[in-house]
Amino acid sequence: MDVLEYPFDVEYIIKNKKRIKKTLLENNNLIEKNIAILGGSTTSEVKNMLEIFLLNYGIKPNFYESEYNLFYEDAIFGNDKLDNFKPDIIYIHTTIRNIKDYPTIKDSIGDIDLKYNNITKKFQSIWENLLKKFNAIIIQNNFELPGVRLLGNKDVTDVHGFVNYVNRVNAYFYKFAAENDRFYINDINYVSSCYGLDKWLNDFYWHMYKYAMEVPAIPYLAFNIAKIIKSLYGKNKKAIALDLDNTIWGGIIGDDGVEGIHVGTDLPSGEVYYYFQKYLGDLKDLGVLLNIVSKNNEDTALIGLEHQGNFLHKDDFLKIKANWDPKNINIMNISKELAIGADSFLFVDDNPAERKIVKDYINGIATPDIKNPEDYVRILDRNGYFEVTVLSKEDLNKFEMYQENLKREELANSYTNYEDYLKSLQMVGEIASFKPIYLERISQLTNKSNQFNLTTKRYTLADIESVCSCDKYITLYGKLSDIFGDNGVVSVVIGEIKEKELHIDLWIMSCRVLKRDMEVAMMDTLVKKAANLGIKKIFGYYYPTEKNKMVEDFYQEQGFNLISADDNNNKEYELEVNAYEMRNKVIEVKCNE
Amino acid sequence: MNKEELLERLTNVFRSVFDDEEINITESTTAADIEDWDSLEHINLLVAVEQEFNIKFNMNEVSNMKNVGEMVDIILSRI
Repeated sequence: MDVLEYPFDVEYIIKNKKRIKKTLLENNNLIEKNIAILGGSTTSEVKNMLEIFLLNYGIKPNFYESEYNLFYEDAIFGNDKLDNFKPDIIYIHTTIRNIKDYPTIKDSIGDIDLKYNNITKKFQSIWENLLKKFNAIIIQNNFELPGVRLLGNKDVTDVHGFVNYVNRVNAYFYKFAAENDRFYINDINYVSSCYGLDKWLNDFYWHMYKYAMEVPAIPYLAFNIAKIIKSLYGKNKKAIALDLDNTIWGGIIGDDGVEGIHVGTDLPSGEVYYYFQKYLGDLKDLGVLLNIVSKNNEDTALIGLEHQGNFLHKDDFLKIKANWDPKNINIMNISKELAIGADSFLFVDDNPAERKIVKDYINGIATPDIKNPEDYVRILDRNGYFEVTVLSKEDLNKFEMYQENLKREELANSYTNYEDYLKSLQMVGEIASFKPIYLERISQLTNKSNQFNLTTKRYTLADIESVCSCDKYITLYGKLSDIFGDNGVVSVVIGEIKEKELHIDLWIMSCRVLKRDMEVAMMDTLVKKAANLGIKKIFGYYYPTEKNKMVEDFYQEQGFNLISADDNNNKEYELEVNAYEMRNKVIEVKCNE
Repeated sequence: MNKEELLERLTNVFRSVFDDEEINITESTTAADIEDWDSLEHINLLVAVEQEFNIKFNMNEVSNMKNVGEMVDIILSRI
């Protein structure tokens, strides 16, 4: 929903939040998550706002709210309501208002260290207790800066200063975050600074209602939390489709020619576009896939890309679609060619009419409302389309991986027999039970895969860890490499053992390796493993979503028999382990157990 | 702006905040008359009213506001 994208109209959101919520609830493709809010101040509106921002990301939250300011008691002593709630996420909403025992000018350095130890130990005991007790992710606010600086500018450098103290305590929080992978910081220090600290700390709301920040600031807070959560559940964008004229350079290449467009560091009119390109280049380094959709003749567009002042060059883009077709069609084509969902795209175009068409035709695509080039970077950045929660090696090498895939396609076109092509790739698959070094990537895949996903069950890192350490499950990851490069972990299977039966809870594969027979190699390995454990029957399940139609007949193709299907097209399949024939002929499988 | 016009604008704010197109308010309306008007929604209502008329209530005003009529008087004194 546009109103929930930055820059948003807070007045509209506050006034119409009930209506917004109703509209968002009409989406029938929502995933449900249990979120416990442990507050150090009033949290009612934080909950309401978080709800609509999460709904906007396709996540339907159920909430537990601690009683007023009982975050510590709830975390340390627990209570039945919270225990039974089984939170997926625990959000600890503490703020500068909760630091009561800050340093005074009379304190000795030892006194201040004691205070510092008390507060950091108190929080650490909260986190450790929750991490131990719940298989949940913890999101903890850091502290925003205080509204008063008794020592003026010295407040930041002197150990007696409150500002100094807050920075010190925050640094402790960050260290814990770096060492614990189920723990994330909600950076309200940054959010309050963007919002304006004086307004954020409006004491009216504190004294009247015990809101730690003014109510109109809460949408910004909630948006920031929602970005972390949607990223954890795989709802980040993956690619950008960029317009050229007046988007990545100033002017119109077709009219103004290569000399006439503005880009480069010589003049302000070009510098603004240069720095936007630089930001896009930084996103590319982060694993975001850059593409071009431009209404131009292709050769004209390429001439523009050769302009000396560009930061980005032709090779920085995976796909360049410069033609006169509607942009939604070009984006759909890129989406097919790269095998990533069109709703994982961001469409960046200065022309609102183009944005509207694309938005109308492509469900779920983001089309940031950009107007002045000097604001492009901030608008993209603040929307957190690519919010980083886990930074995997795969992300950083993504561009190269997709480039290799495009080379494979070229090779495929030179063969008339598909099996010959597959053999020419000399594929090597590493298929084995989950290993600690891959758990992060495995959890990420379970959250990112939408199309080749039979049950669309999502697993947090914590879930994966517990599946991994339990012998009730058969787990498999599959890595695939070939003459063009290594694709990394591309497929994950989890099956639950119930006596002589195996029930496949999860079967996913990255669309990067479609039609390479990787699923066949995985199935061969799974059946082999099951047979070794004396399992007689394997059950497979298909639960349809809007996105996984491509695997509707997957189990049938693998030799399973359909045993039931309900009105919603949920299907159940069965395979006799004895009757299975190994079918992989093109991938050399290494077990590496 | 006279009281009638102001009440009309205020009615629209109430209708949005409580998501109820049937709400009609008068100067004597109080929280007891509107089902969803509890202490938490009261805060949101005041924020929406502040934004609608581009004013800020102070603590003293908010603490003593008894009904819509008093809210109207404060708004009128500001705009």
